[in-house]
Amino acid sequence: MKREESNTAETLSGGDMLIRALQDAGVTCIFGYPGGAALHIYDAIFRQQKVEHILVRHEQAATHMADGYARSTGKPGVVLVTSGPGATNAITGIATAYMDSVPLVVISGQVPTEVLGTDAFQETDMVGVSRPVVKHSFLIRDCREIPQVISKAFHIATTGRPGPVVVDIPKDVTDPGVTAPYSYTRKVSMRSYNPAVRGNGRQIRKAVGALLEARRAIIYAGGGVILGNGAEPLTRFAKVLGVPVTNTLMGLGGFPGDDPQFIGMLGMHGTYEANMAMHHADAILAVGARFDDRVTNNPAKFCPDAKVIHIDVDPASISKIIKADIPIVGQVASVLIDMERALAAEMEKRDAPDPAVLEQWWQQIHAWREAHGLDHDLQPVADQRILPQLAVQTLFRVTEGDAYITSDVGQHQMFAAQYYRFAKPRRWINSGGLGTMGFGLPAAMGVQFAHPDAVVACVTGEGSFMMNMQELSTCLQYALPIKIVNLNNQALGMVKQWQDMQYGGRHSQSTYSDSLPDFKTLVEAFGHVGFKVEDGADLEPVMREAFSANFKNKLVFIDVWVDPDEHVYPMSIKGGSLRDMYLNKITTSQQGDYM
Amino acid sequence: MRHIIAVLLENEPGALSRVVGLFAQRNYNIASLTVAPTEDETLSRLTLTTEGDDSKIEQIIKHLYRLIEVVKVVDLSGSDHVERELMLVKVRAVGGVREEVKRTTDIFRGQIIDVSVDAYTVQLSGPSRKLDAFVRAIGSEMVLELVRSGVSGIARGVKVLNG
Ligand SMILES: Cc1ncc(C[n+]2csc(CCOP(=O)(O)OP(=O)(O)O)c2C)c(N)n1
Ligand SMILES: [Mg+2]
Repeated sequence: MKREESNTAETLSGGDMLIRALQDAGVTCIFGYPGGAALHIYDAIFRQQKVEHILVRHEQAATHMADGYARSTGKPGVVLVTSGPGATNAITGIATAYMDSVPLVVISGQVPTEVLGTDAFQETDMVGVSRPVVKHSFLIRDCREIPQVISKAFHIATTGRPGPVVVDIPKDVTDPGVTAPYSYTRKVSMRSYNPAVRGNGRQIRKAVGALLEARRAIIYAGGGVILGNGAEPLTRFAKVLGVPVTNTLMGLGGFPGDDPQFIGMLGMHGTYEANMAMHHADAILAVGARFDDRVTNNPAKFCPDAKVIHIDVDPASISKIIKADIPIVGQVASVLIDMERALAAEMEKRDAPDPAVLEQWWQQIHAWREAHGLDHDLQPVADQRILPQLAVQTLFRVTEGDAYITSDVGQHQMFAAQYYRFAKPRRWINSGGLGTMGFGLPAAMGVQFAHPDAVVACVTGEGSFMMNMQELSTCLQYALPIKIVNLNNQALGMVKQWQDMQYGGRHSQSTYSDSLPDFKTLVEAFGHVGFKVEDGADLEPVMREAFSANFKNKLVFIDVWVDPDEHVYPMSIKGGSLRDMYLNKITTSQQGDYM
Repeated sequence: MRHIIAVLLENEPGALSRVVGLFAQRNYNIASLTVAPTEDETLSRLTLTTEGDDSKIEQIIKHLYRLIEVVKVVDLSGSDHVERELMLVKVRAVGGVREEVKRTTDIFRGQIIDVSVDAYTVQLSGPSRKLDAFVRAIGSEMVLELVRSGVSGIARGVKVLNG
């Protein structure tokens, strides 16, 4: 049922207004943790049923849960924390959401107005502390401001380039003894904030022309395609054009990973064929991507022959790192739909693209893939340590490629990105921009809250998992049947890999194999189910069991002991171009792989 | 190259700190900054000077626009404009030097606005270059204290910057 916009001059306290405004904004679920400055708000929560509050065990986890909720649904995630340590604990999660443009509304309690600025108990300048990592923030001074500020907060968080918005509320503002008339309107108009929607028609036609004239065009699609619900128009556009598509780490699933036109992820740990194709392209259509340094390698050597077309909703992303020849500012989905039309019109006019030219380009790409593409069909080898890549492939098979996969940060994350081929948007959820270890489990929880019946798996590493494992307790409280695949290499594997490659193998502070917990026992202590897998032959049977109906309602943790010496490849060579890669421990692409 | 950037922003608490924070965070330099309310009291006008090539200035402007409270931004240096800065400078003035300071002040069309036994306070306004030239003419060793307002600027002709 569509809620009516309430205009009745009801009289409410600030605490009640806040919860009421959340209801009116369409919020059904918030993640939080109570404390002194937020207690009036918590009391308002107690006295209603429409907004469910999820009690976490650490505020950082609350922000990651809201983040996972938002990334998997496209709806804003909402967090409620108290002042001081509650607020500062939320910062890492806010920064994580900011870097990946995820819409969050984070409400923090604050000390009462009359003691603001006096170093009062649990006082932190939340607006100040969070300023560099929010899209916007508000400090509410009077309970009458609450409905409008909440309405604005949701508007700002979810429109344009999305991002987190902080609303800091001093305790006296939510005082149950002070009431005022309440009215909420969803419509917001701000003279200083009018994000672009439609792209410029002339630029769009120019872009289509450039793509049709190119001999080696490629589509480089980022997280903006997913955030901007552009996966469908992108896929249609790419199909008509027939050119290869590569996704960034954030963009995986924005184009079907099982489509023959998909050539894998690009960048630091991108596939050989994706990086080679980018480097040799003469036209790049960048969609909702921001030429991150993990993608471009050395910007001065980036794609020397390419004409760059760049579609982004944020003008500040365009020509920030790589100069765009044809910039298009607008919402990804809207621009792509306009481009589809322009492409159809243009293709009727001219005989392009030339199938022979396209065929030649594809032959080159297939040759690259043949030479050094990823092996998606690994098999367990008796008496050998399990390869982490095999564990991800097994997960892909067992879940039929249709699970929501969250991840943490490290080698396991890259293996998950490389080997789980995402067919749909919003299925791959990871902290790409900030690279926040500890993201995976709480993010998976947020996803599961949003999709109670979906299969949700978290591919993690033992290091990352231990950064937020207290949430196992929350998982029990809310009976979240998440499946956790722990690629246990008994080390901070990604750090160790860099130390192997750049620091003469000196493993400074990256190993702890003599002091790891027995994860099976650990999760059992939290009331969940644990498996430990050391033999490759057990991997698939155990995974099938974990994902079977037997454990449909249980959280299952699979501790997979993988080869600790494995590295992630390809890996770009620092300072080089996109074609400069380490391909394994002994070969680099520079040793004669140009075809 | 030096640029004068004028920003209209919502006259709200915290708006200024976002602008200043942006410059620190993005590693842009602020050489001078002035801010005050405008004839429309809901708007403040901020003028800042910074250094950078065209692509850097373009980035600065785009990032300023990303701030929710920023209504309008213009690079005044990009077109015909007038710039002014106010300087108050306390100059050592004893014996024969007193006359010299007075004369230089007159040449620069400044005013002596405070007089004491061994010092003059001179008020001078104009483009920043003119203020620099005055200090050079007096000799920086004569300067006891110096305060400058930072640059304000406005476009020539009928072009206006408003919300
Ligand atoms: C909060 C945080 N601290 C430090 C890092 C730096 N870092 C990146 S990967 C990594 C190792 C991760 O270890 P693990 O989770 O076991 O994953 P693995 O690389 O072994 O698969 C570290 C320490 C980070 N990304 N996040
Ligand atoms: Mg590890």
